[in-house]
Amino acid sequence: MMLPPQSITPIEVGRLVGNVERFRNEGYRLVQIGCTKVADHYEINYCFDKDYMFEVLRITVTADTEVPSITGMYWGAFIYENEMHDLFGIQVKGMNIDFKGTLIKTRVKFPFSQAAEKVATPKPAPAKAEPKKEEAP
Amino acid sequence: MVFFEMTKTALKSVLSKPATILYPFEPAKKTDLSRGHVVFDGSKCISCGICMKKCPAQAILVTKEAKTWQIDRFRCIVCNSCVDTCPAKCLSMDTQYTAPVSVKGVEVFTITYVKPVKPPADKAGAAGE
Amino acid sequence: MTKQIIVPFGPQHPVLPEPIHLDLVLEDERVIDAVPSIGYIHRGFEKLVEKREFTEYTYIAERTCGICSFIHGATYCQAIEQIMNIEVPERAQYLRVIWSEYSRLHSHLLWLGLFADAFGFENLFMGAWRIRERVLDVLEQTTGGRVIQGSAKIGGVRRDISGEKLDAMVKDLDILDREMKDLTTVFLEDESVKHRLRNVGILSREDAYHLGAVGPTARGSGAAFDLRMTGYGAYDRLNFQLVTDSCGDCYSRCLVRAKELFTSTDLIRQAAKKIPDGPIDVKVTGAPNGEFFMRAEQPRGELVHYVKGNGTKFLARSRIRTPTLTNIPPLVKILQGCELADVPVIVLSIDPCISCTER
Ligand code: SF4
Ligand code: SF4
Repeated sequence: MMLPPQSITPIEVGRLVGNVERFRNEGYRLVQIGCTKVADHYEINYCFDKDYMFEVLRITVTADTEVPSITGMYWGAFIYENEMHDLFGIQVKGMNIDFKGTLIKTRVKFPFSQAAEKVATPKPAPAKAEPKKEEAP
Repeated sequence: MVFFEMTKTALKSVLSKPATILYPFEPAKKTDLSRGHVVFDGSKCISCGICMKKCPAQAILVTKEAKTWQIDRFRCIVCNSCVDTCPAKCLSMDTQYTAPVSVKGVEVFTITYVKPVKPPADKAGAAGE
Repeated sequence: MTKQIIVPFGPQHPVLPEPIHLDLVLEDERVIDAVPSIGYIHRGFEKLVEKREFTEYTYIAERTCGICSFIHGATYCQAIEQIMNIEVPERAQYLRVIWSEYSRLHSHLLWLGLFADAFGFENLFMGAWRIRERVLDVLEQTTGGRVIQGSAKIGGVRRDISGEKLDAMVKDLDILDREMKDLTTVFLEDESVKHRLRNVGILSREDAYHLGAVGPTARGSGAAFDLRMTGYGAYDRLNFQLVTDSCGDCYSRCLVRAKELFTSTDLIRQAAKKIPDGPIDVKVTGAPNGEFFMRAEQPRGELVHYVKGNGTKFLARSRIRTPTLTNIPPLVKILQGCELADVPVIVLSIDPCISCTER
């Protein structure tokens, strides 16, 4: 069964708080906040749900835009906002619990804001030893 | 008010056979489908490298020139992807889990497959074992 | 004013199989505040999409969690299928439901066991895990893996279950039901268990809903939503009732999970009866271009797999929002005002799966 397509509403950063407040007043619950890096800017998706009605707000920011926190409306949003800060380096202003970058401690700072090459994955080492006799299957 | 509801189950357990097995004295449970470890058959491998590309854990390394197929059992997550995608059907999944070892390392196998060429006389003799 | 002290809880703690750390601010024996910190085992799965083709990422997505692994894999596949407009064969959809429900059984039984261990009922813990072994056996016989089933793939499933096997499974469900009945009676009726769980860690409906609680944590507080109700997969053709309770304490959360066990066996029976014959997968060509938020119900609650493809074999982004991540804020709220001795039980009552949280 195909599910219906989802609507994503792009809004400006300045109108985020007002929109979220409307959702809160209408009785939506916060599903998640997720960040995506697209080229040199970031998309942040705010997802809400009410009686299985799924709504997404999207703001597009650059690395030095200050994003207002929505923890005033949704107390639990701090976990997503801190995560967003720790992994992508998004500056979030006015969080109720600000971990200041210690929620997720990573060796590379803001790993998700870098290209994949910089965060190295070990490659299997080439065979140095002499090929040993094949084992019986 | 219900007290000691557990007594019934506890008594039953005392009187019945143990639910556990005495591993390693008894063999561990396994089924026909259990994914244990990947088995490689060097006589069929055409060195195409698809298994290497399709391995999500980058556990396989196929070297065409050296004619080797190597697997790092510590990286392998036994997902069956290589077995499903191998075009020559030279990989299979054994139900036995990999035996524990004390040093990390890779297992290297030799590819002994020889491409059936038109005049097979001298070439087959050189590459075969 | 009494003096405040901070007691660290975790990351290594007897009740926690996984590392989460809580700083508990205490006044005497009462917890005033709790500050969670995670990040001990962050694995960067979401980053891996840039290095693995989207088809192989199924296996990685599945390994996000060691308990509800199948549902992770299936949800990721569904997200890709939505983007690429792939119609999955009926039989595959039913098989996915069957394995999802077996996963739910296995997860809830595991949790009941761990929970019993947390309130100090060792015997009950063993009992729950003995029953769970039955479920794991079925999973291994049908998919080849006890906990990592690996049987979901984009466009369908990788393995079929034969008709005879299905019949045998349904027959086994009766034994399972009987054993689970005995087990859950202890959890729900026994006075000593009740005494330990009643009125401990209360979460109001309001808080549960607005703090983002999901799954049994929300349903135990009366916030009635279950993503299976949206009818993804074959769930729209099966009947089931939401299990909710209104008290919002540890007992309620336990009750919801205990009753959901029977919903799951019932769903498996229905699916086994309705499952049509036919192919189990379709061929997938091309690469996803587009985005989708796929939501599914895991044993711990709502799971979101956000997938964004850019038309190449490598996805632009995969975001996995696991239920435990969103259950942490409610947990913090529950802990405020409880007794120190109740903390282990309360932490376990939300069914924390930290590995999930730290994709
Ligand atoms: S089973 Fe999976 S992880 Fe192991 S070698 Fe094959 S593809 Fe790689
Ligand atoms: S094992 Fe199979 S897939 Fe891998 S190189 Fe050989 S023929 Fe190709």
